[in-house]
Amino acid sequence: MSNAVSDRIAAPRVRFKLSVLGPLLALLLLLILGALLNGNFLTLGNIMNVVARSASIGIIAIGATFVITSGGLDLSVGSMAAFTAGLMIIIMNALVPTLGTGWMVVVVGMLAGLLIGGGAGAANGLLVTAGRIEPFIVTLGTLGIFRALITFLANGGTLNLNFKVADVYSPIYSGNIAGIPVPIIVFAVIAIAAEIVLRRTKFGRHAAAIGSSEQVARYSAINVDRVRLMTYALQGALVGVATMLYVPRFGSANSSTAVLWELQAIAAVIIGGTMLKGGFGRIWGTVVGVIILELIGNILNLQSLISPYLNQAFQGAIIIVAVLLQRSKRAAD
Amino acid sequence: MEENSASLAGVAVSKSFGPVQVLYGIDLTLRSGEVHALIGENGAGKSTLMKVLCGYQGPTSGHLLLDGQRVVFHDSADAEHKGVVLIHQEFNLAEQLSVEANIFLGREMQAGALLDRRGMHDRSLQLLRELETEIDPRQLVADLSVPEKQMVEIAKALVRDARVLVMDEPTAVLTAKESEVLFKQIERLRQQGVAILYTSHKLDEVKSIANVVTVLRDGRHVITAPVSDMSVDQMATHMVGRDVSDLFPQKSVLAGSEIVLEVEHLSVPGRVFDASFALRRGEILGFAGLVGSGRTELMEGLVGLRHADGSIKINGAPIRIRSLRDASRHRLAYLTEDRKGHGLLLNMRMRPNLTLLGLDRFVHGLIDEKAEEKALEKAISDFDIRAGDRTVRVGNLSGGNQQKLLLAKTMLVEPDIVIIDEPTRGIDIGTKQQIYSFIDRLARSGKSVIVISSEMAEVIGLSHRVMVMKAGRIVGELEGRDIGEESIVRYAMGLAGSAAA
Repeated sequence: MSNAVSDRIAAPRVRFKLSVLGPLLALLLLLILGALLNGNFLTLGNIMNVVARSASIGIIAIGATFVITSGGLDLSVGSMAAFTAGLMIIIMNALVPTLGTGWMVVVVGMLAGLLIGGGAGAANGLLVTAGRIEPFIVTLGTLGIFRALITFLANGGTLNLNFKVADVYSPIYSGNIAGIPVPIIVFAVIAIAAEIVLRRTKFGRHAAAIGSSEQVARYSAINVDRVRLMTYALQGALVGVATMLYVPRFGSANSSTAVLWELQAIAAVIIGGTMLKGGFGRIWGTVVGVIILELIGNILNLQSLISPYLNQAFQGAIIIVAVLLQRSKRAAD
Repeated sequence: MEENSASLAGVAVSKSFGPVQVLYGIDLTLRSGEVHALIGENGAGKSTLMKVLCGYQGPTSGHLLLDGQRVVFHDSADAEHKGVVLIHQEFNLAEQLSVEANIFLGREMQAGALLDRRGMHDRSLQLLRELETEIDPRQLVADLSVPEKQMVEIAKALVRDARVLVMDEPTAVLTAKESEVLFKQIERLRQQGVAILYTSHKLDEVKSIANVVTVLRDGRHVITAPVSDMSVDQMATHMVGRDVSDLFPQKSVLAGSEIVLEVEHLSVPGRVFDASFALRRGEILGFAGLVGSGRTELMEGLVGLRHADGSIKINGAPIRIRSLRDASRHRLAYLTEDRKGHGLLLNMRMRPNLTLLGLDRFVHGLIDEKAEEKALEKAISDFDIRAGDRTVRVGNLSGGNQQKLLLAKTMLVEPDIVIIDEPTRGIDIGTKQQIYSFIDRLARSGKSVIVISSEMAEVIGLSHRVMVMKAGRIVGELEGRDIGEESIVRYAMGLAGSAAA
């Protein structure tokens, strides 16, 4: 492309960018479709319900946006969530004799969830950075390890939270503040904070730079290993937060808890327009992606023409279309 | 091949990208058995013209003639199939495959259902030996040096029976000796009746190997003439549209002899051995030597990008540099020779690229995007970066503008000592002049500059003092009037007896 020549263009290009608006358009289409199929779809209650249910995976997907933007990948998040949930339940149950069944136990349990998640994420990060192992391999390994550990801790069965503690803890998932479900508030706060961190802080800028070119980042005096480690630790901590919201929902954890969440999270990130190969990410896109995935299931449940068993087929198709759109964006540049 | 007088012509070729017109009605004829040089400043449209000729892009208007017949290439594979092959400046090689696999990529020889590995190996070996390289066809391309990759690209084109060979700056990454080998091959191909189109910024090279030269400027055809009718100066004048006789600024006179950087016994394991040198305030110190002589490795060791042993003093105080961050703290900056691989984030815009190294200056809790925008505005005017649209991806800027942006990025952290590795690789003569004058101003303002360059004229024209490296060692030091092409070559080739300095 010639710059001597491009100097002459004065008019700014105003071009319809499908890649930017794509996820929003898809969301809009789904909303219209849902409304046409079922009168109860576009009620505040239903929509809030959908968003609240997507909060756990959404928060994990926000972490995944950082990891993927920096050119990494974390396949272990689902197992990590199950493992964290199991440990939280064990810790809270163990503390009942000393701390009773009040808020104290719940607070300690939640803090434990944050630390366990963050620690597990940091372990992934250390293996990737200090161990110099491909993230796919590391997290495929820890995916198996965490899944085995929860099965082992539950002894093949289910870990149940003490009923009285579960009652105290329950409002964290089912409660409302000013009419808005708590998970939605947590999800929103984290999403806004994450968008700011990704776009407006040194860490966010460095993460995108590393995903764009690790060599350029290194030659720009960026501590590549530390930034990478931080993305995995952040991902882990957000798994911890997601688990905090998940545990009060069912009050239990077992070997099938959070199965395939990693794929849901990655799918949401990709649908949202983050580049799988790194270098560019956007949190709002991920949020839209998560809601799209949840809405598909919701719409299928609210109508009778198509079997809800086809849910994953629709989700899969949407992922493929999203990537096709990303490619047409690259071709247009 | 001989009796088939292949020729490719572009007739009134125009090309636009959206609203931006890059080529304006270019006529160009490549004749069999002729080396045609295409020259022009960066952004003159050379690359685009080559891509149109080789089927990578269709012309917006105008058409191509192959052997006098109108032809439309559907894509580059179609063009290759018809004998028109482009050798890219950035190589199109599969790094993780062997040399022979690359040479035959897409047209593998087969023995029944299986690959004829022996046949491909033998043919590769034969081709590589004809090209006078010692490359083992079984080696991975990833393990090759840049000039070796160039030779593999040429071998790949030869296997494709290229009748028209288009080469995008083949010598930009080659040393003088490697270029000689390439020229011999070009001559051989020419005699076999291949039509060759060739671009270069090295005009003396064009003068010596091309038969015909075409000059482009701002997407327009300026002149096509036999090389014998045009002097190097005339070529440059046509390219730039003005006189460029004073390429290098007058060298400044060093005021004092205050030493700002002292490097002693620096070694980078396996690459650099016991290098010692000093740098004075306001000095431009050139580092000459062949590609692979350890110049880049020495500097990367110095700034903490590679592990290095030895002692470093800045302003007389011993310091340790273990990472680029340490170097930055001591106001020491390094500009990489590989601006695309190591220097700039090609998929991002100019703003994040500009501030990537000096981001701390723009962080007050959050990144101050307005301050960044202001810095970009200043950089664009200070360094004369020409981009129509500020939001353009850096990968779409021309080489010269990328280099200016890289300079701006590095200077943003206000270093006292700047190491510039190949400051003008692959950029046009007008931009070169700007960069030389910038380096000169930098030195005059009291900063110290180290320039690594494989272009002899550059080292000679800029430096107050020149260190020559050979096989990882500093083998010579030249100052003032002693700096000359012959003296440098003698050291670099190991002809100058024992090590001086």
